[in-house]
Amino acid sequence: MPLDKPYRNIPGTTIFDAEQSRKGYWLNQFCMSLMKADNRARFKADERAYLDEWPMTDAQKAAVLARDLNECIRLGGNIYFLAKIGATDGRTYQQMAAGMTGMTEAAYREMMLAGGRSPEGHGRPDKADAPAPGDVPGTQGDTR
Amino acid sequence: MARITASVYTSHVPAIGVAMDTGHTADPYWQPLFAGYEFSRQWMEAQRPDVVFLVYNDHANAFSLDVIPTFAIGMADSYEPADEGWGPRPVPMVPGHGELAAHIAQSVIQQDFDLTLINRMTVDHGLTVPLSLMFGARDPIEGRWPCPVIPFAVNVVQYPVPSGRRCFQLGQAIRRAVESFDEPLNVQIWGTGGMSHQLQGPRAGLINRAWDNAWMDRLIEDPQGLADMPHVEYVREAGSEGIELVMWLIARGAMGDAAGGPPPRVAHRFYHVPASNTAVGHLILEETAR
Repeated sequence: MPLDKPYRNIPGTTIFDAEQSRKGYWLNQFCMSLMKADNRARFKADERAYLDEWPMTDAQKAAVLARDLNECIRLGGNIYFLAKIGATDGRTYQQMAAGMTGMTEAAYREMMLAGGRSPEGHGRPDKADAPAPGDVPGTQGDTR
Repeated sequence: MARITASVYTSHVPAIGVAMDTGHTADPYWQPLFAGYEFSRQWMEAQRPDVVFLVYNDHANAFSLDVIPTFAIGMADSYEPADEGWGPRPVPMVPGHGELAAHIAQSVIQQDFDLTLINRMTVDHGLTVPLSLMFGARDPIEGRWPCPVIPFAVNVVQYPVPSGRRCFQLGQAIRRAVESFDEPLNVQIWGTGGMSHQLQGPRAGLINRAWDNAWMDRLIEDPQGLADMPHVEYVREAGSEGIELVMWLIARGAMGDAAGGPPPRVAHRFYHVPASNTAVGHLILEETAR
C-alpha cells in the first residue's frame, strides 16, 4: 500500500522523512562529527580526505565539497545537520538560507525585514492561483 | 498536590540567543523583539514557578540519526548547554527535577504514551533560548536559572512527526500526571518553536503572518479543533520548519479547560517578524480556577 505523503507537491521544499533519512544517514552523521572542534580542524585541513573516512556516496561528497546545500538536501541531508558545515565555515543560518534561495545575503535579509517570502504562489499548488509544483526558482551548485 | 498554573508559548530562534550572548539586544533590528518580552519577565518575577516543564525540540545536537525518539523526557538532575558547532552558549547549566520527571514518566506511560527516558543529554537553543527570553540574561558561571526545568524533547525534525491531536492528548496526560504528584509545586508548562519559517531549499524565508495569527487565535479559543489540523497544512502555510508549532499543542492540552475547567486568561500576546529566518510568536495563558 502506498504511504501517505501529501507534502510531496509543495514547491521548493523537500520533506525530511524516513525515506530521505535513510538515504542521508552517513551524510548527516558526517555533519554531526563537525560538532567537535578537532574534527572541524581535520575537515578544514583536508576536506576530501576527511570525507573519504565516511561511507557516503560520491555524489554526497561532491555536494559537500561544492557547498551545494540544495543538492545535499536532495541526497538525504537535513538542514539542522547540514548547518554544522555552515558552522565550520563560520556561516549563520540566515546566510545558509539565503544561499539556497539563490538570493544575495543582502537581498534575502531585506526580504525578511519586509515580512518574509509571501506564501502566495510559493506553496499552494492545490489552489487555483498558484503555479505548478517546481515553479520556485532553484539554484545550481554552490549555495554560499 | 502539584498544579499547573500557567502555560507559556514562544519561538526559540537561535539568533535570539546569539543577540543576547553578544550584547545586541538594543540594536534597531532586535529591540522590537525584546520589547515584546519585557512584560513576560516582569510577569515571571511575580509568578515564581517551582518547576518549568519545557516542551522543545532538539536540532541534531543531543540526538543524531542513530536514535530518533518521538517523545523524550529528561530525568537528570542537570543538563549542559550543547556545542551546536559554533561553541556552547554562555548560559548556566540547566538544573533538572528528576523526582517530578520520574513521576510524570511513570504516569504518562501508564496513560499509553510511550515516552523515551533520558538520563544524560545536552540541551540546545530550543531549550535555552526560551529560558533566556523569559528569565533574562544569566552569567554562565556566577548566574543560575531561578528554578529547575524538565526538558521534554519532541521529534519535529524527521517526518512523520507526532500529530497535533496526539500532542494535545499528551498535554492532557501530563496535566493528570502533575496533579497526582504529592508536593505542592507551582508548575508551568511551556510550548516552544515556530512560528512560520522555512530554513531549507528555494522556498526558504517563507513567513505567513495572517496564518500565524489565525493559528494563535484558535490555540486560545479552539485548541481541540486546532489539534485536528493535518501536518501538510503546517508545511504548506507555515513552512517546513513551521511544523514545530505542534509542540504548542502539548502545553495547551495541559491547561484546565482541556480537562473540563474554565478557559484560561490571556495574560500576554506578542508577534514579530523577523528574527533571522523566522516569525516570532509568544503567548502567556494563566489558569483562572485556583
